[in-house]
Amino acid sequence: MTRITRLEHNRVSLALHHLRDPIGGGTERPLLMLHGLGESAPLRVPDWVAAWTGSIHALDFTGHGHSTLPRGGGYTSEILLADADAALAALDSPDHGGGICVLGRGLGAYIALQLAGGRAAQVHGAVLCDGPGLAGGPSEPTSQQFFAPPYLDSPPDRHALVELGRDLRPPDYATAFVRLAVTGSPLDEPITVTAAFRPPWLQAVVAEQGVVEATIAAALATYTDGP
Amino acid sequence: MSVSAVTYPGALAPTRQYRIDADGVQIAVHEWGDQADPPLVLVHGGFDFARTFDAFAPLLVEGGYRVIGWDQRGHGDSDHAALYSFDADLRDAVAVLDHLSPTRPVPVVGHSKGGALMIQLADALPSRFSAVVNLDGIPSKRPFPDVAEHERTKMLAGEVAGWLDHRRRTATARRKPGTIAELAARRGRVNPRLPTAWLEYLVTVGGIESEDGWRWKLDPTMRFGGFGPWRPEWALARLPGLGMPFLGVLVTETEEMGWGTLPHEVTPYIPVAGRLEIIDDAGHFVHIERPHQIAEMVLDFVGDATGGRP
Repeated sequence: MTRITRLEHNRVSLALHHLRDPIGGGTERPLLMLHGLGESAPLRVPDWVAAWTGSIHALDFTGHGHSTLPRGGGYTSEILLADADAALAALDSPDHGGGICVLGRGLGAYIALQLAGGRAAQVHGAVLCDGPGLAGGPSEPTSQQFFAPPYLDSPPDRHALVELGRDLRPPDYATAFVRLAVTGSPLDEPITVTAAFRPPWLQAVVAEQGVVEATIAAALATYTDGP
Repeated sequence: MSVSAVTYPGALAPTRQYRIDADGVQIAVHEWGDQADPPLVLVHGGFDFARTFDAFAPLLVEGGYRVIGWDQRGHGDSDHAALYSFDADLRDAVAVLDHLSPTRPVPVVGHSKGGALMIQLADALPSRFSAVVNLDGIPSKRPFPDVAEHERTKMLAGEVAGWLDHRRRTATARRKPGTIAELAARRGRVNPRLPTAWLEYLVTVGGIESEDGWRWKLDPTMRFGGFGPWRPEWALARLPGLGMPFLGVLVTETEEMGWGTLPHEVTPYIPVAGRLEIIDDAGHFVHIERPHQIAEMVLDFVGDATGGRP
């Protein structure tokens, strides 16, 4: 069992898992992992991020893992962005040079991009990886139905799966966050895309200035060694 | 000022008030008139609540209807929810319609955001609607179309950071207390055309009094502005496809709480069974400024659409 810090975001209690202390030899900056749609924080440090030298943490989004399961749905990626911002507020500290690195899988990759734009000065690299919920929904409105899924008192929240599995992701909305990140970040290339699958929003992101394509290992090495 | 001293000409408290369960969120429903009369549904706008119809609904009751409104989640007497979204509001609306009239279509009147919600719901579930009236609730494009790209980026940066800062405070946020007159004055800043007596009345039905004064019941999580992938003009795309009788009402005086939609932006999208009325010298809360005129218009329209006035 990992150590969990509770973060209060509106009426939701978020679980922030502390997976590992810094190991030295590089940056002291924390790495925040954001899971994919329907997933939850890993129970231990995955091998593919173990080379990170700072502390490693993972957040359970609203309706997932050990965080609150709210009633009645109403999920948007922007609410999950604010979840991630609560984790940023808890982790960022001048003691380790300021800023954190964010690595997101699937839906978490989309949120990592938004956090990199919304808190550009504090996100010291965002790594966008494959994972559940990477595609999201269409780029513009389509026919919709409005029915509530049956309530189950166990994560993940079915509303989250339905609503965040089809949330609108216009490519120019995604690229607006890239521009925010590039404008406000101390890094020249604050976003790295490692995902093999490229839905339209991610294709547009990759084409932007300030975005690089690399492996997860290379991305973490870059953001570990960076200023 | 005591609550009993605050009245408004023509305003009546609902005849029946109750709550229904919408997937775990309790939604407050307010009804005016005889339960045996045919239903007519009113949908309020953002930052409003069903009892903002206290002066308008009784005029529709006089026209022979059982008038029903509900408080959207986070508004009025409904639960403050953990999450809010347009889709969640639509599901809550379906829960209310399922309760009121599970099998027969009903006429609805939506104001502002309530009008935009009903355009989307009428497109998704057309069998539930016998007529749709939209009171200054047809969204149009955002302003500032000519802003340069770098300026747009700066504006978005401010919006996102401001919203995230707000979210960091929501766990402990409370609305600012005040007297009835103070809350009315604050609301007057976004409702500049409405009489003080009406705004003071709203405080007594949309606010709650505690030891340190009155507060609006509205969830303090709610905040003007914001950002997201949705574009107001996308609502227009659903409008021409509506098959039920549709009446759109626009006003000539723009206000902060309205979209400022202009007739020429909407005219090309009016459905075949629809029409657009422009009310001169009226603002966003046209049904409060001109209750008799709008009630008569609604009664005529809904009567024609549903086979005659009751």
